[in-house]
Formats: sequence, C-alpha cells, structure tokens
Amino acid sequence: MTTTLEHATPDHPGPDHGYPEHYEPPRGPYWRLFFGPGLVRGVWMALAFFVFGLLIVAGLRWWWGWDPILHWEVIAAVAGMTTAPIGFLAGIGSFDYWLHYIVGRPTRPEDHSGHGATSWKDYFRVNTDHKVIGIQYLVTTFVFFTIGGLMAMLFRAELAQPGLQFVDPQTFNGLVSVHATLMIFLFIIPAFAGIANFVVPLMLGAPDMAFPRLNALSFWLLPIAGLMFVTSFVVSGGAFGAGWTGYAPLAEGQPLGQTFFNIGVQWAGASSIMTALNFLVTIITMRAPGMTFWRMPLLVWANFTTSLLVVIATPFIAGSQFFVMFDRIMHTSFFVPDGGGYVLGYQHIFWFYSHPAVYIMMLPGFGIVSEVISSMSRKPIFGYRLMALSLMGILVLGFSVWAHHMFVAGMADWLRVPMMITTLLIAIPTGIKVFSWIATLWRGRIHLTTPMLFALGFVTMFTIGGLSGIYLGSVPIDIAASDTYFIVAHIHYVLFGGSVFTIFAGVYFWFPKITGRMYDERLGKLHFWLTFVSFNATFFPMHYVGLRGMPRRVSDYSEAFGDLNFAISIASFVLGASFVVFAYNIIVSWVRGPIAGGNPWRAHTLEWQVTSPPPIFNFDEIPQVVGGPYEYGVPGARHAVMSAAAAEPQEVRA
Amino acid sequence: MRRGIAQLVAIGVVIALLLTVVAVVFKWLPTSASEEFDRIQAVYWFATVISIGIFALVAAVIVFSVWKWRVPLDDDADGPPIHGHTGLEIAWTAVPAILVIAIGVVSAVVLARNGEAGTRPLEINAIGQQFAWKFVYSDYDDLRSGQLVLPVNQEARFTMTAVDVLHSFWVPNFGQKMDAVPGIETSIIVTPTREGEFQVVCAELCGFGHATMRAKARVVSRAEFDRWIQEQNA
Ligand code: HEM
Ligand SMILES: [Cu+2]
Ligand SMILES: [Cu+2]
Repeated sequence: MTTTLEHATPDHPGPDHGYPEHYEPPRGPYWRLFFGPGLVRGVWMALAFFVFGLLIVAGLRWWWGWDPILHWEVIAAVAGMTTAPIGFLAGIGSFDYWLHYIVGRPTRPEDHSGHGATSWKDYFRVNTDHKVIGIQYLVTTFVFFTIGGLMAMLFRAELAQPGLQFVDPQTFNGLVSVHATLMIFLFIIPAFAGIANFVVPLMLGAPDMAFPRLNALSFWLLPIAGLMFVTSFVVSGGAFGAGWTGYAPLAEGQPLGQTFFNIGVQWAGASSIMTALNFLVTIITMRAPGMTFWRMPLLVWANFTTSLLVVIATPFIAGSQFFVMFDRIMHTSFFVPDGGGYVLGYQHIFWFYSHPAVYIMMLPGFGIVSEVISSMSRKPIFGYRLMALSLMGILVLGFSVWAHHMFVAGMADWLRVPMMITTLLIAIPTGIKVFSWIATLWRGRIHLTTPMLFALGFVTMFTIGGLSGIYLGSVPIDIAASDTYFIVAHIHYVLFGGSVFTIFAGVYFWFPKITGRMYDERLGKLHFWLTFVSFNATFFPMHYVGLRGMPRRVSDYSEAFGDLNFAISIASFVLGASFVVFAYNIIVSWVRGPIAGGNPWRAHTLEWQVTSPPPIFNFDEIPQVVGGPYEYGVPGARHAVMSAAAAEPQEVRA
Repeated sequence: MRRGIAQLVAIGVVIALLLTVVAVVFKWLPTSASEEFDRIQAVYWFATVISIGIFALVAAVIVFSVWKWRVPLDDDADGPPIHGHTGLEIAWTAVPAILVIAIGVVSAVVLARNGEAGTRPLEINAIGQQFAWKFVYSDYDDLRSGQLVLPVNQEARFTMTAVDVLHSFWVPNFGQKMDAVPGIETSIIVTPTREGEFQVVCAELCGFGHATMRAKARVVSRAEFDRWIQEQNA
C-alpha cells in the first residue's frame, strides 16, 4: 500500500539536513543572481528564447522565399507564445534536475533546498513542497479571479442599459470571452488543484506528492497561460472574442488575439494534465498503511475521479485548438467547409472535453463539501460508499453526454434523444449526492461556521443549477432556451453558486491548517450573506430575461429588458464588492489572526492530526490508518494512530 | 419526532407554495405563437412541477435541520453515528430515476411531434450572413426578402444555411431555434398560430454585429400572405 520514495523515511533529517555534499554554487552572488535558477534568469532566458524563435521563423521564411520574412502573427505564435515561455521555465529552473540527468552531468544530491518555505521569497521560486505549491496555486488563482471579476463588472456596466455606452461590440466580445476563460482555466480548475495539492497528500498520510518536480512545473505553466489570456487585449484587433467556446469558423477569421486563446489553452491544459497524473499516482501508490480505498476521505475520491476526467478529456480541447490554429496560421481546412472541412467537428471535439470539464469543475467541490458537512454536523457522511460510487457514475456517464451542448447546432437528429437520456440520467448520481448531504445534517450537531454556510449555500444553489440543467437536458425546452440568458443563469448557478461557493468553503475550512491562524468568523458570515443574496439577485432574473427572448453574448438588446438588466447590473456590483470582505478577512487574518491550533474543527481526517501549518515533511512518523474517515459519534473509533509526539498541541512555526 | 416531521412538511409546503406563486405570477415564457411552442410549454410546466417539488424538499430539510439541530460553536459533542440507510438510498436512486425518465419520454414525444412537417409545408430558406437574415421562398420562384412573412396555421419548414460563420435562427415566440451552419443544411418546422409581428433574433455569436442581427417576422392571414407575394413579385 505504501511506497518508500526517497524522502518517505520516518527518520528523515528534515530541513536542517546536514548532507555533507550540500550543493554550493562555486561562483559569487552576482553570478548566482544571473545564472542561478530564479526569476532573473527566467526573464533573460525568455528573451533569449524569443529571439531564438524569431530566428527560426525568419530563417525558414527566408529560406523558402516567403514574404514577409518577419510575419508577426507567426512570430507571436512561435516565439512569443511557445519558445519564450519554454525559456522562462528553463530560466526559473524547472528543468535543471532533469537536464543534468539527461546530459549525464552529476545531478545535485537531493538536499531539499527547493522544498518548503522559510520566507515569502520562497513562493516565487520553483518549489517542490506540495504545501508551498498549494499556496502558490491559490494565491495565483485568486489574482486571476479578481481580474476576471473586474472584467464582469465592466461588461455589466455596459449591459445596464440597452444600446452601447462604454465599449464597442468587439471589445465587449473580448471582455466576455476573456472573463469566462479566466474564470474557468485560471480560477475554478486550478483553485481546486491548489486546495487538493495542499490537502490530498496530508489526507493520505504521505510526505508529498509522488512527483514533486513535476508538481512545481505544472504550477509554473499557469501564470504563463493567464498572462496570455490577459495580454491578448493589447495586440492589434483586441482580445479573442469568439467566446470561451471559441467556435469555428468565427474563431478562424478573428484577429491575432484568438491565437492567444489557442495557445494559452495548451499551457493551462498541460498544467492540468500533469497535476492530474501526479494525483493519480499519488493516490494509488502513496496511501499510508491501512488507508484502503474505502477508507479514503471523499475529497480524495473526488480528486481521483476528477484526475481521471482530466487525463482522458483534456487532450481533446488541446486538439481542437491546434486544429483551429492550423486553419488560421497554416491555412489547413479542418473546419473550413470550402476546403472539405466539417464545421460541427469542432463542436464535437470541443464538447467532448468541455462537458467532462464541467465535472472537472464540480467534483472537487463535491469532495470539499463532503468534508465540511460531515465534520460540521458531527456525523459520519451518509452513505459513504454510494457517495464514492456516484462519483464514479458521474465520471462514466459524463463522457456520454457532450452533444447536449449541440441540440440546436444542426448535428445528426438521431443523436438527440440518446444524448438527452444520458444527460437526464446524470441527475441520478447527482441527486444521490445532494440527498446524502442533507441526510448527513439530519439529527447532527450543526456548527454554522462560515465554511458550513458556504457548503449549505452550495447545496441549495447547486440544486437550482442542477434543476435548470434538467430543463436544458430536455431537448424541446433546450431548443427554446439554448443560447439565451437562461444558459448564463444556469452556468452561474452551477459554477458560481456551485464551484465558487465550494472553493470559498474550502478556503475557509483549511485556512487554519494552511496558515496556522483563524479567520474572522463575523466577517466570514458577512461575506457569505452578502454573496448569497447578491448572487441570487444577479443571476436568478437571468432565467427570466433568457426565456423571454434575450440571447446571450450580446452588447445591445431589446428595450423590453432594460429595467431588469439595470437591476441585475446593480446586484452584480454588490456581488463584486462582497469579494472585498473576503480578501480583507483572508489577508488580515493571515497576518495576525489568532493562532488556530492543529485541529480547530475536531475533524478526523489525517491533515488535522498534525500541527498547523504541518511540518515540512508532513508526518514525523507515518500514520497507521485503522478506520473510516468520518466516524463521528462512534465510541472509541479512530481514523488513524499517529505517533505520540504529533498528538501534542504544538507551537506554530514562525 | 412525529411533531418534527409535521414541522418539516409544513416548511416544505410553504416553500413549494412560494415557488408556485413565483412560477405562476410572473410570465416566464413569451406568448406562444406556434403549435410547436405550445407543446414545448407543456414540457416546461411538467419539468417545473417536478423541480419545485425537489427544490422544496432539499431546502426544507436544510432549513429544518439548521433550525432544529444548530448548536453553539463551542459545543463539543458528536451526533448519532448514522452511516446510512439502505432503503432510503434505494428510494432516492429510484424515484429521481423515474422522474427524469418521465421527463425524457415526454420530451422525446414532443420532439418527434415538433419535427413533423405535415403534408405540404411552406418551404423557406433562411440564409444567415454577417449580420442580416435573408429569406428565400422556394415555392414562389425563389422570392427573396429581408423580412419574414408567414401565413397563419400553415406549417413552414425552414432550411438554414450560412454564408460565413455560425448563426442561429430564433423567433422567441415560436419556441423553435436552429443554427445555420456553413457547409451543411439544417432545418426546423414552425406552425404559426397567432397573427402579429415578432422578431427574428440571431442566437449564435457571429461577430461584432451579432447583437443587432435581427429581422422582422410577420404572421398574417392566408389572403394577406398571397397579396404580399404578389406585391413582391410585382
Ligand atoms: C460578479 C460576478 C459575475 C458576473 C456579474 C458575471 C456575469 C456574466 C455574464 C453577464 C455573462 C454572459 C455575457 C454574455 O454572454 O453576453 C457571463 C459569462 C460567463 N461567466 Fe460570468 N459573471 C460573474 C462571475 C463568474 C464566475 C465566478 C464564473 C466562473 C466561476 C463565471 C463564469 C462564466 C462563464 C463560463 C461565462 C461564459 C459562458 C459561455 O460563454 O459559454 N462568471 N458572466
Ligand atoms: Cu454539458
Ligand atoms: Cu449572430
């Protein structure tokens, strides 16, 4: 069941390792600053690799006698978005160990100097500690959440009245597209990966992830993708404006900005795939002794199924974007009908990823909510095995429903009814989860803390989103509601009331574990109620305007919807403002909140049995798992036997 | 406990009633102007009844539990170790399965009915182009018009094509919608039942002019339709 990876030994020396062969770079500090791994080397290597990419393009075009030799669209794709990021990654040191190994140079003995953080600077380095990486993920994703949210504020201002006030239609399309792309690829998906990065190895009783260097690399791909999406606004023609769905053929005729989407998605996708592989191997091979699959916390189950979804589905979106890019840059005709291409082919490939992706954006949240509800109700999760199995059911069914996004796309008629049936069937495992959560509440001792409020808010809001999903699963209703604001309402009930609420629940729940300090409960509740009310005021009326006839992705609309849209915009500004309460609470509590102690929630899973924050290699002794993770109220029941030392309350690390 | 159950049911009923009021008082759907939309609206109401029931159940259990079993944050006892209940778990697998299959069957029947073109439908080609619609009446010497005019109570079959990128033909009051796709033909049936003026809206993002890609649709009596055809041909 367990492995003995190199640093998995219980008597590991820890941070003050005292390896005699500790690697000391032989040169002076300036040499190290410029040539040692780090951001400085990252910047100049990115520039050098940009020039290198530029020379490849210019050289080949000169060789073939193509005009112009400096074709900036191609150079942007090759040098700007492909070779320069590789140079950056090499510069910050993501590949050092592997390159040394490949060329046969002596690799540095693993001295763990890139593991753990002692100052804030360590968060700006390639770091192999899953806890540091988890924090890097979370902080980065919340930065992009803020940027994406501000974009929503901007286009909501535009939508407050019919007609055009602030932005031209192309900019509007760019704002909507980048907003959605950031929220999906730079917030929800990686924020879940961040929480899981921190928590899953701890829950398993493992000292780290299976592949710490791969883990570090997969984090550093993210800012690259995010930067591409954001900077697409400054290139000529503006940001990509074909929606986050980037449908061909519209995407193929778009200006340069679209290429930023095509390639940005590759970096974000590569990051997802690497992380997912890492989770799979970690969960399969690094469970503590006694941690059988049926003793794993549901968060681990959720990330296991999510990782399977990611590994199987993500290559499809990568392919779809490559095809579009080839059509754009190399004049192939995958989706150009005049050249024999098949327009609907794009949508089939895209949704073959993007439907499973909605579960990639939901299942980790299911896991979080199961942890929160069980420990805050002081009861075992109701129907643990069925909860795990229903995740698997969603995984399998999730691959058979993609064409419900294409009921009005003109695909083969016979596909509609089978896809409708599978879509409706997914409501069954989803319903099992909702019913099991509320049954867990039943006769519990309910602690209405902030994470619990967000978890309960999630269950109700997600139920609404699931039910509007049933409307949309029914082909006749979907024919009326597709491509309207009803869809916008639906996706926000599942992604905002759903995923984002679970991310908030998770951040509050593990905040004491991650930082060693407690957030402010009063501000947390204020944040919840502000968010909950303004969220509903923003998105519930969208069902109405959509059904009444307002299409989505429009900068201008019929006068009839003016008043409601004005109200929606006002509510959305309140929703945006509510985030300030969260940010303030988190930042201030992180700096000087009260010390939390190892297990403020008296939860049973393993991460709570160590100090907060956990020791550098998580466990001083490998725990022995002896029972289920949620045995609340069972006399004498234990999830795991820890070493005697770890059971004592301990001081927080400085 | 019996009193508790009664209270729970009461909360559920109140929530369901409130939702029913919200569902009925506001006019969530545009006035139907086609046979197809009449049937779609029937499915909509069927789904709404089920949805209100399910939401009321979930919300009632949450509200009731929090109200009944909330404890102060410093309480340190545990709840009863209930791990599950096979009967309940079977019930909440089976009952939703029956409900969604019912919705599926009703939907499939309506979908099939809404795809029937009748014996002799009026054939219209709807051509989407950035950023305007063009309607071609193939039964009338390929008469071309930027305005859509339909005779009431006559099935019309729209065959969609697109010149440049995707568009989507949608008249909210007709309920039916279908993308116009470059390279292939797609189609829908509409049987208008109500004379009046409606709007053709493009529902698929097609570029910077998408928001204003609209056209007028008029449903008129047979006589007026014939007159319109003659005027156009004159
Ligand atoms: C205050 C917060 C937010 C507001 C006011 C807002 C508003 C909107 C609006 C009005 C649209 C549709 C614009 C159009 O199509 O014309 C939209 C699209 C979208 N939003 Fe948000 N949003 C917010 C937060 C979020 C969050 C947190 C997420 C994800 C977690 C999200 C995900 C999306 C997605 C995926 C789309 C595009 C869907 C598609 O095009 O297929 N939004 N948003
Ligand atoms: Cu889907
Ligand atoms: Cu359009």
